[in-house]
Amino acid sequence: MARILPSLLFFLALAWLIPSGPAQASDEALQAQIDALGTGGFSDTAKQIQALAASGDDRVVPALQALLAGKLYVRPSDKKVFITEKAEGGFTLIDPLSGKDMATSDSFSVKKIRVNNRLRRELKAALGGLTLLSKNPAARLKAAGAVFKSQDPDMLVPLEAAILKETEDKVRKALQGARAAVQLKSDVPEADKIAALKLIEERGDRDALSVALAAAAQSEGAVKAAAEATAKSIRQNLELWGAAQNVWYGLSLGSVLLLAAIGLAITFGVMGVINMAHGEMVMIGAYVTFMVQEVIRTSMPEMFAYSLLISVPLAFLVAGAIGMAVERCIIRFLYGRPLETLLATWGLSLVLQQAVRTIFGPSNREVGTPDYMAGAFEIGHLTITYNRLWIIVFSLVVLFALMAVLKKTSLGLQMRAVTQNRRMAGAMGIRTSWVDAVTFGLGSGIAGIAGVALSQIDNVSPNLGQSYIIDSFMVVVFGGVGNLWGTLVGAMTLGVANKFLEPYAGAVLGKVLVLVFIILFIQKRPRGLFALKGRAIET
Amino acid sequence: MTLKLIQGGFDRRTAIFLGLLFLIVVGVSVLSLGTDADSPLHVSSYSVALLGKYLCYALLALSVDLVWGFCGVLSLGHAAFFALGGYAMGMYLMRQIGTRGVYGDPILPDFMVFLNYKELPWFWYGFDQFWFAALMVIVVPGVLAFVFGWFAFRSRVTGVYLSIITQALTFALMLAFFRNDMGFGGNNGLTDFKEILGFDVQADSTRVGLLVASAVALALGFIICKALVNSKFGKVLIAVRDAESRTRFLGYRPENYKLLVWTLSACMAGVAGALYVPQVGIINPSEFTPANSIEVVIWVAVGGRGTLVGATVGAIIVNFGKTLFTGILPEFWLFALGGLFIAVTLFLPKGIVGTYDDWKAKRRASKDAAAPQPQEGD
Amino acid sequence: MSLKSSILYLENVNVSFDGFRALRDLSLTVKPGEMRAIIGPNGAGKTTMMDVITGKTKPDNGRVLFDETVNLTRLDEAEIASLGIGRKFQKPTVFENHTVWDNLVLALKSGRRAWDTLFHITGAKDRKEIEDILEITRLTRVKDEVSANLSHGQKQWLEIGMLLAQDPKLLLVDEPVAGMTDAETEETARLLRDIAQRHSVVVVEHDMTFVRDLDVQVTVLHEGSAIAEGTLDYVSADERVIEVYLGR
Repeated sequence: MARILPSLLFFLALAWLIPSGPAQASDEALQAQIDALGTGGFSDTAKQIQALAASGDDRVVPALQALLAGKLYVRPSDKKVFITEKAEGGFTLIDPLSGKDMATSDSFSVKKIRVNNRLRRELKAALGGLTLLSKNPAARLKAAGAVFKSQDPDMLVPLEAAILKETEDKVRKALQGARAAVQLKSDVPEADKIAALKLIEERGDRDALSVALAAAAQSEGAVKAAAEATAKSIRQNLELWGAAQNVWYGLSLGSVLLLAAIGLAITFGVMGVINMAHGEMVMIGAYVTFMVQEVIRTSMPEMFAYSLLISVPLAFLVAGAIGMAVERCIIRFLYGRPLETLLATWGLSLVLQQAVRTIFGPSNREVGTPDYMAGAFEIGHLTITYNRLWIIVFSLVVLFALMAVLKKTSLGLQMRAVTQNRRMAGAMGIRTSWVDAVTFGLGSGIAGIAGVALSQIDNVSPNLGQSYIIDSFMVVVFGGVGNLWGTLVGAMTLGVANKFLEPYAGAVLGKVLVLVFIILFIQKRPRGLFALKGRAIET
Repeated sequence: MTLKLIQGGFDRRTAIFLGLLFLIVVGVSVLSLGTDADSPLHVSSYSVALLGKYLCYALLALSVDLVWGFCGVLSLGHAAFFALGGYAMGMYLMRQIGTRGVYGDPILPDFMVFLNYKELPWFWYGFDQFWFAALMVIVVPGVLAFVFGWFAFRSRVTGVYLSIITQALTFALMLAFFRNDMGFGGNNGLTDFKEILGFDVQADSTRVGLLVASAVALALGFIICKALVNSKFGKVLIAVRDAESRTRFLGYRPENYKLLVWTLSACMAGVAGALYVPQVGIINPSEFTPANSIEVVIWVAVGGRGTLVGATVGAIIVNFGKTLFTGILPEFWLFALGGLFIAVTLFLPKGIVGTYDDWKAKRRASKDAAAPQPQEGD
Repeated sequence: MSLKSSILYLENVNVSFDGFRALRDLSLTVKPGEMRAIIGPNGAGKTTMMDVITGKTKPDNGRVLFDETVNLTRLDEAEIASLGIGRKFQKPTVFENHTVWDNLVLALKSGRRAWDTLFHITGAKDRKEIEDILEITRLTRVKDEVSANLSHGQKQWLEIGMLLAQDPKLLLVDEPVAGMTDAETEETARLLRDIAQRHSVVVVEHDMTFVRDLDVQVTVLHEGSAIAEGTLDYVSADERVIEVYLGR
């Protein structure tokens, strides 16, 4: 029981924050009732416990739990009652209602409030009643979960009562599950236990598995067989959900890789320019987000929810403009010399990093998360956080938007013309140098957009880009140069592979294995998954 | 310009290089050991170690120039071979500490005691012997390079693809060496060395000895590279660099040539790393960072790739600049380095030595053009 | 067509790139000692055919035999070159940073393994041979020149010289006179006829005058297959050839 104390405290704090009905007693009255626990004999204490239970106020829960755990002490000097924590040379005294540290004390000036077995039962019932009947459904759900884990037979009665009174289906289901778990530990008839196992199976999470396993170990005959079957079914189910969760994490990582790699697919895949400063364009996008939020915070805080929406086009423009400048000033002199381009852009990345470090400082910058990006929801046993979900959606939107630009617009047509036959395109009146600059700007701009998204899940620091550059290149190379679908499949495959390897090999070794895999893969198919075959690319 | 060097055999430039190296090292050694500490001519042991460090970098740059300048393989992962050689030496130095460590364990290095190792991991066996460690300094990078190259060159991965994979290689190794359970000291690496071959690593005489060893290694490496590129092998190498598929149609197997040079180059980098570690007193996983590898490439580019001498000159100039810069304006070093990358590729693509050669060739050509004219009048 | 007495034998060779069929059921036989000219419009598959024979491109199916017995589809470029098949590219590809002399040293028949070259010394016999080739290709005067400095025609000849140094059984020559002056073209035709005395040669060419100068059997390629074969006069009279190529 002591294990769930912190979470109960949390809910308590929640209940305190949200003013519940007028029926609640004032702090003073409650304090007096709790203090009364410290006086009189066992029967007096029992009466006080019942009175506290009857108050229906779950603020008294910590005090009762402390009493049960033998941590509730009374200070005879003023008859005040405290929850205690062992400290050096005595105790820390904690106010049972507010949870604040009040004082320290040596071990002689406070006295433990003793309990006997009858009181323990009373306490459990009272606690069960208080938490299971709490006004807050979330607290009730939490309490049901706690009982499910503890499987305390004494909770059977309060559970029954709570099930009868419960109005919400979800909570009732949890309560019934908890009752089933408790039933398995108590001496109810076999048929009830087998029925209970059905409920356990329905619940099907990791706790249910341990309940079923415990039941299989402790019982015999039909119940044992049923429990074993239940455990097996739950385990299989869990493995499936585990795989699903891995796929989700993998897709999430894949979408991040995709965002970082899309821009590269343009500059490297379409133009053949090795831009080692690509990661820094991502980093600049993240810093644009930071700046936008700073401005919004100081001048118009009500706009905060729109900060990301504002940042996306702004990051595109800033990173794109820098990209165009870089193309005009450096890269255009190096066409046809890929290795030199690599070196020059690496130098550029050092300069950009140091510039950001000089302006914004070397430490991480805080980028806020709007409400719609925060939180999570569950599908079955799958936890899906909104920020990851949005990033997946966002990465796909960016990808398809880019595809549309390349396929449908005249700019895209010109880009493809220039990359396929520069002289011919020039002869047809396309300003090839302008197209080069715009294409590079487009790739860089998309990197900037990626930075906006990454600012939501990664630390915004001058090194942000560096951690993505090698991975992005791997994605583009793996997927096949010059093929956006390949980039998509490459990113998602690498993301999922990474996450599936992690449980077996650990995060770092998993990454190493993926790198080794790609190195081996490139041996087999030097031009990636979706390589174009033919004579034209041989040169 | 590479041609002139190749045809010239052990030309004047090689002689000047080796002679200069000899003079500097002897001079510094004498000034360090033969003068009093308060003499104005005295060279501090710090400076000796610094020079030794530069020479190790020069050897590393030489190894990169061999594969990049003559074979067209731009390695962004040579720091990996350098660091592996360094680790092999570091392991020997760790075993020499013996009971003088903080925990005083006769067998286990301090970090292993700290991490609750019960016994020495198998791959640490033998490193208490200098000959074994010295062998591993060459074998470990060599084998890794051979295996990597065997795969990469056979499947004809070339150009930037190869560069990026080499970068991924060193990146993967860096991640691996950062792990505590790899058994190489994790984050902190190997340090607190006491003795090398029974000599105190801090002593002035040991420092001078290491400097001389580095100079000898550099000279040997230089002579080997020179001989290699002057042979028919070197001619094939340049042919591979300039027109790989053409050499295939002549019946050569470029992958074998590349593999041999690549492996040799990795071994040289390993030796450089091994000599570097006792002079700086530490080896840790940050030596593996891709950034280090790329920095080596810029040394070579500054000096002039495909010239061998240029690589060593570039390494020493850039690192000297780094020492100066980080002393005066530390936060601007990265601006300077980044700017150097851009400036060299844009304005000095052949590097210092290459540009000098061009200039000399042009002058000779104009002289030649001027000379025959009177004959025509005859 | 019989398998017997052929230096090069192609049967039903197919190659496709992403759905585009570069070669369709191409069959071709070259007899030992023969010189054959291949003509055809752009995109007819001439270069792809060369790629297949020299191992650069693997055919989807079909047979490619050298010297009646050796299956070329299983070998790579270096192995095929070592067998004695030399190739001259459309664009002259010589080793630009090497001297003319060194280019020929590299092409000379001798150990190709890395180990052999490491300790190789060019002997007197080799020197004699190189000097002969320099003479034939008229490059003696520029033998110490870096080949990047040669004129276009000189590069073409240097490449032919390299072929001679290789001393292959079969020479594949891709557009040897592209970009040459008339005089050079004539000279090249003479050179090739000379070479054909001792070697089997396959020449791919656009230039009709040049093909006429060669005066050999001609195969016409169109859309990846051979549509006619015979003397130049004979194929010139062929209806389909006129339609797809000459008549236009």
